[in-house]
Amino acid sequence: MSKTLLDKVWEAHTVRKLPNGATQLLIGTHLIHEVTSPQAFGMLRDLGLKVLYPQRTFATVDHIVPTDEREEPFSDPLADEMIKALRANCDEFNIKFFDLPTGAQGIVHIVGPEQGITQPGTTIACGDSHTSTHGAFGAIAFGIGTSQVRDVLATQTMALHKPKVRRVNVDGKLAPGVYAKDVILHIIRKLGVNGGIGYAYEYGGSTFDNFTQEERMTVCNMSIEGGARVGYVNPDDTTFDYLKGRPYAPKAEEWDAAVARWRSFASDPDATYDDVVNFRAEDIGPTITWGINPGQAIFIDENVPTPAELPEKDRATAEEALVHMNLAPGKPIKGTKVDVAFLGSCTNGRLSDLTEVARFVKGRKVKDGVKAIVVPGSQGVSQIAEKMGLAEIFRDAGFEWRGAGCSMCLGMNPDKLVGHQLCASSSNRNFKGRQGSPTGRTVLMSPIMVAAAALTGEITDAREVFDIK
Amino acid sequence: MALEKITQVTGRGVYVPGEDIDTDRIIPARFMKCITFDGLGEFAFYDERKAADGSLKPHPLNEERYVGAKFLLSGSNFGCGSSREHAPQALYRYGFRAVIAESFAEIFFGNSITLGMPCAVMAHDDIQALAGLIESDPAILITLDLLEGKVTAADMDFPATLPPHAKEALVQGKWDAIADLLESVDEIKNVAGNLAYFKAA
Ligand code: SF4
Repeated sequence: MSKTLLDKVWEAHTVRKLPNGATQLLIGTHLIHEVTSPQAFGMLRDLGLKVLYPQRTFATVDHIVPTDEREEPFSDPLADEMIKALRANCDEFNIKFFDLPTGAQGIVHIVGPEQGITQPGTTIACGDSHTSTHGAFGAIAFGIGTSQVRDVLATQTMALHKPKVRRVNVDGKLAPGVYAKDVILHIIRKLGVNGGIGYAYEYGGSTFDNFTQEERMTVCNMSIEGGARVGYVNPDDTTFDYLKGRPYAPKAEEWDAAVARWRSFASDPDATYDDVVNFRAEDIGPTITWGINPGQAIFIDENVPTPAELPEKDRATAEEALVHMNLAPGKPIKGTKVDVAFLGSCTNGRLSDLTEVARFVKGRKVKDGVKAIVVPGSQGVSQIAEKMGLAEIFRDAGFEWRGAGCSMCLGMNPDKLVGHQLCASSSNRNFKGRQGSPTGRTVLMSPIMVAAAALTGEITDAREVFDIK
Repeated sequence: MALEKITQVTGRGVYVPGEDIDTDRIIPARFMKCITFDGLGEFAFYDERKAADGSLKPHPLNEERYVGAKFLLSGSNFGCGSSREHAPQALYRYGFRAVIAESFAEIFFGNSITLGMPCAVMAHDDIQALAGLIESDPAILITLDLLEGKVTAADMDFPATLPPHAKEALVQGKWDAIADLLESVDEIKNVAGNLAYFKAA
């Protein structure tokens, strides 16, 4: 008894050691979407293979769907071809597809948890790097490439090397106006965008114990931005309460046994880790990015760094970032003009994100000249938000209320930045060109900070705008 | 499925400097609207190479003298960001057969090996030295020898390594795991049968 959750899940899912030393690992749950699966189905056909366990793969469509005009055929013929290809593949191979007309479509990392498909003690794979999100349930969840999507379809397994485990503790209570998004941006800032290579991050400590399930998802989601392919939180009552009653969760008669089993996967109290790092919640402030990778982040009241003050290895990228972002080193980032405000994505497009922001924007107005859009992460989120009156609050404030999808998180649908526009974004990547314009600029931040930017037209401290103390 | 045993790669090189070169830069998302990988080669580094009006920007891949390079050299954390296999596919289809960098992001690394495109790690100073050789003579031939763990160019040698599992996979012609995975269907069914959530489905 001194195993981590990763050890236990790995053991339970190991098929065998492969000749090259990798583990052949059973993937319990496979999630697919339209961008990274069609080529995999093509490879399957070329090899004359079938899907081994069609009932363990679930599909949705998210990256390419338009969020305003959703009538088919889509105006973009390539997007239309992609949704049709996914439909045809799911039909042919008998795979459950949360398609647009089902009312359950959405971003794959929001749909899995929402449907109760994402469960503790399981292995999950998806051809998308933010699959780490599902680790919030105590699952081991990997982002994979298309050839591995093929492997999982054909064999329900893939070849993997067991990662090391770094325990990332955050203890204490976050100050008012500081959110889960700030926690993960801070962790990435401190440990580096490649600090997690070779590791799974196990997040723990009292801050995580007290987090809601959705807050845990926000943190696990961005593990990959810190280089860690896998991030997870040990499952507890918060996890089980979230899952209870969801469509794919175990039913009444199986529930107690499932909970007991799930609980047993949590890391043992005396588990040993390859590395341990500790943070204190009270040291974390509202964090935003100033550069072109998620580790280039500062607190809202800090100045944009000057390259000379950074470690030598970070200077070249910092120079490049300052040019791209058109920011002045050594000056506050506060007050920078914002053109677009985007609230959505698999990081922060959940109901709790929208509820929290709506509380503050109610009765206020988006600044003239700012394009502000709210994109619920799934049709499920959207339906509840509409019932709760959140959509109306946003619309009244001057936000566009859109249909569910990835939207402006990346430029694969009509929602794109134009030219040099600067976007205050609740998404997870600020890479050059990420939001659809090669010269567009992305500033990552928490949803509440996006709202503050939308209302004031500039990067600003939400605590001041909303009088959060 | 017999695959080629990849023990050596020989060809010319091009150096694309930079740290944390992410997959959005290697292949911008809008070019992923495709249902096969076939046409991706021409879009490698597209936004770095071309301005919005289609004019060419200064970029090593736009320089005539580097056309036909098989080796791509870069800095650390190469290929970070998304899991898109479109990124190594685009590089491979562009004509690259090996990537050399100070370090690689994990998913990109795995995706590349599965294509049979070695990603070798070299020290910062060695990459600079090699880049210098290429700069002064773009026609120079570079050889990556996986078995010896080195790169040679002109009369210089540099240590160049891959993790043992990746090296083995390439040199034994087992870089695409599918054949091995398919061998154990009975064991797969056994393991799946022991998992409650699998049975329930
Ligand atoms: S919301 Fe963004 S990060 Fe998440 S799956 Fe969609 S494109 Fe990827």
